[in-house]
Amino acid sequence: MSSNGTMVKLSGVRKIYDTGKVKVEALRGIDLSVRRGEFMTLVGPSGSGKSTLMNILGCLDVPSDGTYEFDGQRVDRLPLSQLAEIRNRSIGFVFQNFNLLPYSTALENVELPLVFRGLGAKERRKRASELLEKIGLGDRMEHKATELSGGQMQRVAIARALANNPPLLLADEPTGNLDSASGREIVDLFEELWKAGHTIMIITHDPNLPMRTERTIHMRDGRLENGAAG
Amino acid sequence: MTLKLFLQYFWRDFRKQKKRATLTVAAIVWGTFSILMLLAFGEGLKDQLGKNQRSLGECIIIVWPGQTSIPYKGLPRGRRIHFRPEDVELIKKSIPEISRVGAEYSNWGVDVVNGKKVFSQHVTGEYPTYEYMRVQYAERGGRYLNDTDMEYKRRVVFLGYELNKKLFGDEPSVGQTVFISRIPFTVIGVGQNKQQMGMYGGPDVEKATMPATTYQSIFGDKYLDNLVIQPRDAETAELVKSRLYQVMGAKAQFDPTDKQALSIWDTIENQKDFAKMMLGMQIFMGILGGLTLLIAGVGVANIMYVVIKERTKEIGIKMALGARPQTIHNQFLLEALLICFSGGAIGIFISQLLCDLASIVPRDPTSSMSWLGNPTISLPIGIITVVILAIIGLTAGYFPARRAARLNPAETLRYE
Repeated sequence: MSSNGTMVKLSGVRKIYDTGKVKVEALRGIDLSVRRGEFMTLVGPSGSGKSTLMNILGCLDVPSDGTYEFDGQRVDRLPLSQLAEIRNRSIGFVFQNFNLLPYSTALENVELPLVFRGLGAKERRKRASELLEKIGLGDRMEHKATELSGGQMQRVAIARALANNPPLLLADEPTGNLDSASGREIVDLFEELWKAGHTIMIITHDPNLPMRTERTIHMRDGRLENGAAG
Repeated sequence: MTLKLFLQYFWRDFRKQKKRATLTVAAIVWGTFSILMLLAFGEGLKDQLGKNQRSLGECIIIVWPGQTSIPYKGLPRGRRIHFRPEDVELIKKSIPEISRVGAEYSNWGVDVVNGKKVFSQHVTGEYPTYEYMRVQYAERGGRYLNDTDMEYKRRVVFLGYELNKKLFGDEPSVGQTVFISRIPFTVIGVGQNKQQMGMYGGPDVEKATMPATTYQSIFGDKYLDNLVIQPRDAETAELVKSRLYQVMGAKAQFDPTDKQALSIWDTIENQKDFAKMMLGMQIFMGILGGLTLLIAGVGVANIMYVVIKERTKEIGIKMALGARPQTIHNQFLLEALLICFSGGAIGIFISQLLCDLASIVPRDPTSSMSWLGNPTISLPIGIITVVILAIIGLTAGYFPARRAARLNPAETLRYE
């Protein structure tokens, strides 16, 4: 844990996609700091680079240029296996389309990060069922992902993101595929998690969501428009 | 990822794509079956041919008298060499590397009679040592010639399997009397049926054999037709041959370097050549089977690429949740290996079943089918097959697995 309480620090981050014929500069020099325990939203039009930024923040991709410090550690040049470990222990992802393994049960889906962490079956089962109980899906544990409603699937995904109790939660349009009632429930859940101490960043198109968070960052054409320094 | 969990996932995916998975496994089953059956039939054929070859004799050298080609001590070339009964003892005494020695007289067109059945047969007079050297084993209830028969010049006869059948049909013959050249002989034994690959003077199953001493007293032959020598082991065969030239050269007055004075058939050399030939044949069959299995392996690799494409999203999800590239790699490698080994296990099972069935089916030992012998999956064949399966499984899995492990997690998550 860094002494000044900074969770994420990006400096001059650029991301260039080289398809061979064309080079697309998705991020054009991002400077961003996120404090531990912040609750923030990232907004911007399609193609502005939100998802690319999220991928880099989540260690799913590496910047073409610039530096990324996560929890005081430089991670922009780490080998793939170490990035995998950071994703496993320190970052939880929630996606718009849930990204659950469809033929696995809710419980198995939540157990998955614990599998990659190397926990034993008993411990995994215990933790995963506790999490599902906590988010109100105690009676759906043995249901396959395909047998759940959208709101339920997203809650399973959140439970999965919380499995290893990571300090940072990243959500890419978590309410995008949900009806408004389910969407509200999910946002409530995020708010609870924030209050419990998690650092949370949500990409959203929902105009109401930024009003509930501490900070909102606007992106356009691969650049941050305001609030970048934090 | 734990093995149990892996197997659970594997089984789930297998059931989702039942037909495709079954076909992939079936290809491996077929490949394994092909390689095993080719090798097993090769092994059976080798055993049977080896047995047939040894039915002439176990590690023996057959020697016929020849003609001198080099003048020796004032004697001209072109002189005929002869073997006499005392030579047998002389050779045995002079060459310690020999374990057994024997000799035979032989005559064709001799009448062998049982009641009204008359056959003109090949009749030989042999030494008792022929029993082991020339594989003249008796069927149950009888015996081959022994030293007492020799000593007392007994009028006893050992009948070849087919000759006995002609003379007695299915009736018991041991203890019965047959007439050879109008002289009564007691049948003391009948030879076991055998398929002979190498022979001189016709097949043993058609012969009537009496003690050499008895033969000599009846037919009055002065000289033996040939000698049969068994060295202590295959390695001393060359030494025994050169010693034989020296001993017989001194006795019959010929130059020990005169190769034409004796005519030698070294079956040991034949057996070595035969073993090499059979090994060559087995390697050839192994390659044929291996190629079939290789094609099945290409099928597995192909399916693995398809599987990885289909599960790109799943790979992305797992990576996002912290699966290391190595974990992803191992998963697909294990999957390919599992396909190969489950197919291989089924293939081995079916092949073994077929081999067992083939050995149960009764066959006449003289029929053409019996030349095939009993297909056998020996331990080396099993090991070779499993090793080939493992190599093919690893290769078929490695490259697709490497591709999966190198996928970029951010891109795979976007994949639809």
